[in-house]
Amino acid sequence: MSTSTTEPRAAGADDRSVVQIGPFHPLLEEPVGFELTVEGERVVAVDARMDYIHKGIERLAQQRTYDMIPILLERICGICSVTHSVCFCNAVEDLLGVEPPPRARYIRTIIGELERVHSHLLWVGLAGHFIGYNTVFMWAWKYREPVCDVFEMLTGHRQNSAIPLVGGVRRDLRVEYLPEARRVLDELDGQVRMLTEAVLDDPVLAARLRGVGVLTPQQVVDYGVVGPTARASGVATDVRRDDPYAAYGELDWQVITAPEGDVFAKAVVRLLELAESIKILRQAFDRLPGGDLSLGIRHVPAGEGIGRYEAPRGEDVHYVRSNGTNMPERLKVRAPSFTNIASFQASCIGASIADVTITLAACDPCYSCTERTIVVRDAAGGEARAVGDLIARSQRETRRIAAELGRPADLVLPAGGAR
Amino acid sequence: MGAIAEWVFHLLVFPGVLFSVTLGLVLVWLERKVTALVQWRKGPPLAQPFWDVVKLFGKETILPADSVPRAFLAMPLVAFAGAGVAASLVWLPLLGLAERPVGDLIVVLYLLAMPSLALILGASASGNPLAAIGASRDVKLLLGYELPFVAALLVAAFQVRDVDGAQVSAGTLSLEGILAFQQQVGSVLARPSGLLAFLAAIICVQAKLGRVPFDVAEAETEIGEGALLEYGGVGLGLFKLAHALQLATLPALLVLVFWGGLTATVWGVLAFAGKVLAIVVVVVLVENTNPRVRIDQALRFFWGPVALVALVALLAARLGY
Repeated sequence: MSTSTTEPRAAGADDRSVVQIGPFHPLLEEPVGFELTVEGERVVAVDARMDYIHKGIERLAQQRTYDMIPILLERICGICSVTHSVCFCNAVEDLLGVEPPPRARYIRTIIGELERVHSHLLWVGLAGHFIGYNTVFMWAWKYREPVCDVFEMLTGHRQNSAIPLVGGVRRDLRVEYLPEARRVLDELDGQVRMLTEAVLDDPVLAARLRGVGVLTPQQVVDYGVVGPTARASGVATDVRRDDPYAAYGELDWQVITAPEGDVFAKAVVRLLELAESIKILRQAFDRLPGGDLSLGIRHVPAGEGIGRYEAPRGEDVHYVRSNGTNMPERLKVRAPSFTNIASFQASCIGASIADVTITLAACDPCYSCTERTIVVRDAAGGEARAVGDLIARSQRETRRIAAELGRPADLVLPAGGAR
Repeated sequence: MGAIAEWVFHLLVFPGVLFSVTLGLVLVWLERKVTALVQWRKGPPLAQPFWDVVKLFGKETILPADSVPRAFLAMPLVAFAGAGVAASLVWLPLLGLAERPVGDLIVVLYLLAMPSLALILGASASGNPLAAIGASRDVKLLLGYELPFVAALLVAAFQVRDVDGAQVSAGTLSLEGILAFQQQVGSVLARPSGLLAFLAAIICVQAKLGRVPFDVAEAETEIGEGALLEYGGVGLGLFKLAHALQLATLPALLVLVFWGGLTATVWGVLAFAGKVLAIVVVVVLVENTNPRVRIDQALRFFWGPVALVALVALLAARLGY
């Protein structure tokens, strides 16, 4: 790897060097740059740079009709395809003030939970790989494979179902495969139980992961951490329960939490959530109601709506503003990793490199979903506008808007400007 | 054949470099195959480790701009040479090929530490901060496992046995002497002290081979192959060969010191092969059922429980247990 460099730092910090994790590194599935400032093996500062894979999907969505957008939004993330498309539908349905028909809500629940199951299994495998436990990596991914197969049987594709639609679903599930799906769930239930017990009982894993990358409940609130990362610190936040969408309000399941806040607790929360997801799926299969698939929405009036969705990584938020045409005037996506990544400031400082790498991975960060900018060069080919400039600029804008609206800007600027 | 020619043959062909490298690469294949089976994969064909080395030897050698070229380029050779000589010094007594005793425990221990020391120096010479972290971890690991490893091996030399009312002990650091002692009174492993020492030694071998849970110096997902980071081409190939040599040498050394060595019958050879394979498979299974530990945990583990077990074994051996 040629990405690592020693850079001279400020005077008085001679014994510090910078370890670059990324933009390409065995720890990362996507390009992202983490700069760890280290003294020996101890990390004293973390900085993240995320402008390698901005896809401009919000802009693309603003040039497409409401019918086409869910299919586009499935491509925001390699895993959370149901998340972003259903979250968008939630937002537009909030704008319209409608609720999709029961069958559509159950179908959204089924594909959403299948996605959570394969996403959590994916994380368990990756986490194993990151701490050198490749057997866990291979086993978890082997268990994940039939789940993706079921997804394909029911929807026609392993990842991107193209099923969510504003006001319902585009197609029915292929119900002839439900018995097979049930069989796979039964098998998976035992496998997940085995995996959970193996992790809980492994003394070396406990020694390696307990007390590592701890987030206190206060830090979770301060940084706005969401999803399993928050629940592993004992903060019981889950959009599925707090603001039920799809069919979650009608089903019996638990919000899993753990009090410790370390990486081990994050693994345990995800493993136990797998069992809850299997429970939800079984109930949804049993109770799948008949009836319409869609409300047949033909027109979206002017207005704005907000959609929330509990992604496998935490709360996803979409904001939609309509001007009455067939395309949204503005779509804003806030993926869960956006808030979770910032919590590295709290969980990584002071730890060793070995602990920081697994802590970075423990919130299951997803970078392509989080990207909001690239480094911009002005048309004359002149100076580059780095991320910091853009943040400073948006902070100025926020304060200007706040002044216009006559509201206080709840914006705390760090000393020395942006970043 | 002159004496010198014979030595060169022993060192470079049999049972030295050529034989041990071949055996080591076959064991590397075994490791990868067993790993694959544990992980529900198919695993590579037998020739794969050989082709890997051939391919590496055909690749360009890249010299990092910040490196110290001489040290950076010499260290792979030092590692390979040390491991090669160690291999022949372990195999010669095992096979009884040398006319006079050649195997000395102290010399073998030093030579077996050569690949690690060379890797530490080479990584430090590469000028890469991640390699420097890997090197510093390797130093700590070396300091951690060497003490219990030496203590455990000494058990074989000092174990006291009761033969016809007389107290006997190998009382020598010569590998031939330890072998002769075991042929007289049975394997060192058969006594409690020998078993304890063997367990401690096999854990140290896990770390000496740089396998999970002690692969901290390379730790791909933390420091991207760490100490080996800047090596490519012939240099990397030589380090891989040195590791293969160690994989062929260390299990054989354990069998020699603790488990009765090799007798020149068909059953003796089969039993010996079985013992070596068993040790390699145990190492591979431990590798595949554990996460990587942190370097401070590894150090605490070796200076704590492992050193304790080895020293208790040494004491017990002296007391006749």
